[in-house]
Amino acid sequence: MARTASAARPNAKQTAPPEKLNVRLIVNGKQRELQLRPWTTLLDALRDHLDLTGTKKGCDHGQCGACTVLVEGRRINSCMTLAVMQEGREVTTIEGLARDGKLHPLQEAFIEHDAFQCGYCTPGQICSAAGLITEGKAKTADEVRELMSGNICRCGAYPNIVAAILQVMSRA
Amino acid sequence: MINFEYARAADIAEAVRWAASDPQAKFIAGGTNLLDLMKENVERPARLIDITHLPLNTVEETTNGGLKIGALVPNTDLAYHPLVERRYPMLALAILSGASQQLRNMASTGGNLMQRTRCVYFYDTVTPCNKREPGSGCSAIDGINKQHAILGASEACIATHPSDMCVALAALGATVHVRGPSGERSIAFTDFHRLPGKAPERDNNLQQGEIITAVELPAKGFAGHYTYLKLRERLSYAFALVAVAAALEMEGETITEARFALGGVAHKPWRDPSAEALLHGRAATEANFEKAADMLLRDAKGCGHNDFKIPLARRAIVRALTQAARGTPQPVADKKIR
Repeated sequence: MARTASAARPNAKQTAPPEKLNVRLIVNGKQRELQLRPWTTLLDALRDHLDLTGTKKGCDHGQCGACTVLVEGRRINSCMTLAVMQEGREVTTIEGLARDGKLHPLQEAFIEHDAFQCGYCTPGQICSAAGLITEGKAKTADEVRELMSGNICRCGAYPNIVAAILQVMSRA
Repeated sequence: MINFEYARAADIAEAVRWAASDPQAKFIAGGTNLLDLMKENVERPARLIDITHLPLNTVEETTNGGLKIGALVPNTDLAYHPLVERRYPMLALAILSGASQQLRNMASTGGNLMQRTRCVYFYDTVTPCNKREPGSGCSAIDGINKQHAILGASEACIATHPSDMCVALAALGATVHVRGPSGERSIAFTDFHRLPGKAPERDNNLQQGEIITAVELPAKGFAGHYTYLKLRERLSYAFALVAVAAALEMEGETITEARFALGGVAHKPWRDPSAEALLHGRAATEANFEKAADMLLRDAKGCGHNDFKIPLARRAIVRALTQAARGTPQPVADKKIR
C-alpha cells in the first residue's frame, strides 16, 4: 500500500496517483460517504476509514475468512473486493449483528459453546455462519463443515463452532 | 497493492473499446484472483475496467434446449440454479468442489475461465517463470513440482489450470461467447484455453480487447450418469491434485456415449476423444474403464514430485467412471471416496 506507482512499475512513466473517488456505502444500516483511492479494499475501508475494526485482516488473500462480511446479505471476503466496486450496497459487519443491545443468536451460541480461543477468526466465523443460515443449503453437520471451510480457525475450535451453528440452525 | 486507475464501463461496447485501446488495462468482475495477483505484484495493470454493471448476469434457456449463462453470473448462483441442478448436476458439483462459499459468492462465470495458475513460482516474483516473465525460465521443472502437469506440458512451462468448473464445462462440450473490437465470435470450450508450448504467458485464445459475454451449454446434460471426483491434500477448499468430471449415457449395462475430462493435470482441462471413443458401445466394466484411462494417460510424464499423479489419475478415472455408471456421484460434503 505504501508503494508508489513508479516503484511498483519501474518502466511505467511517472504519473500522479488517481484522484480519490467518492464512495457511498450503507454500513450496518447507516449511510456512509467516503473518499477513497481505487485500490482501497472493502476491508481497509471498514477498518481504516470507518473504524470498524471488528472485521479482521488475516491473510489478506481470501484464504482465511477472517475478513468475512455480508454484502446485500451474502457472505464475501472483504479483502478481495475494492470498496469502490461495492458503491451503494448494504454491508453488514460483526458490529451490525446485535440488535437493540441484544446479541445475535450466533453470538450467544458461540459464547455458550465456547466456540473460540483467541477470537481472531470469530467475527469472520459468525458473519460467515449468518450467511450460511440465510443460504439454507446446509442441513447436516457435514454440510456445515463443508460450507464453512472458507473460515480457518488456527486454535482448532471447529467442533464447538459447528455445534454453535447447528444449535442456531435448529432454532431458526 | 499497486496503484491503478479505475473506470466503470457503462455498456459492453465501452468496455471493449477501453480494453482494445489500452494494453495496460484489465477487466475486473469478482476480483478474487486478479486482486490477489495484484497484491502479490504478479499482475500490474495500470487501469481496471469494472464490468460488474454490464447486463451479463442472466441464465437463459436456448432454443435448442441448452442454457446460456451470462459471464457475470456468480459461481454460487450458477451452482444452485434450478435448471443447472436438474439438468447439469455435474457442473453444479464441480463448482461447489472449488474455493469457498465466500469466494464462490464473488467469483463470476467468465472470471472462472480467466483464472491464472496457482503455480508457486508464478506467484513468487523473485524466481524465474516463463508465464510471468517470458524468457526467464521455468523454476518448477527442476523445483517443487508436486502440483504440476503430467499432460501437455512443455520445456517452458508445467503449470496447471486451477479451475474445477472448467473441467465440467469441457466434458459437457460448452461454447464460450466473446465480443471484441471486430464483433462477436464463439469458441469451443476445449479451444478456449491453450497448452503452454513456447508461449506460456498466454493462458487462452482471447484477443486484445475481447470480453467473455456468456458460456453456453448444449442440451445434453448427462443428469442420469455423472460424477465430479476431486482428489486433494485436504478435504475441502484446496486445489485438485487430480479431478475427474465423468458423464455417461447408458442403455442397460452398455455405454452409448462417454465423456470425461481431467483437472489438475494440465495447462487446460484435459479431454481426449480417442479415450472416450474406446467406451462407446462397450459394457461399463472396470477393465474397459482401465483401457480408457490408459489411453488418456498414454503420453503422461512426471517431473519427479508429481510422478504419483499418473497412477492417481488412472485410478481416479476408473473410480469416477464407475460412480457415473452406477449413478452414484461423489457428494460434495461426503469426504469418503465411494
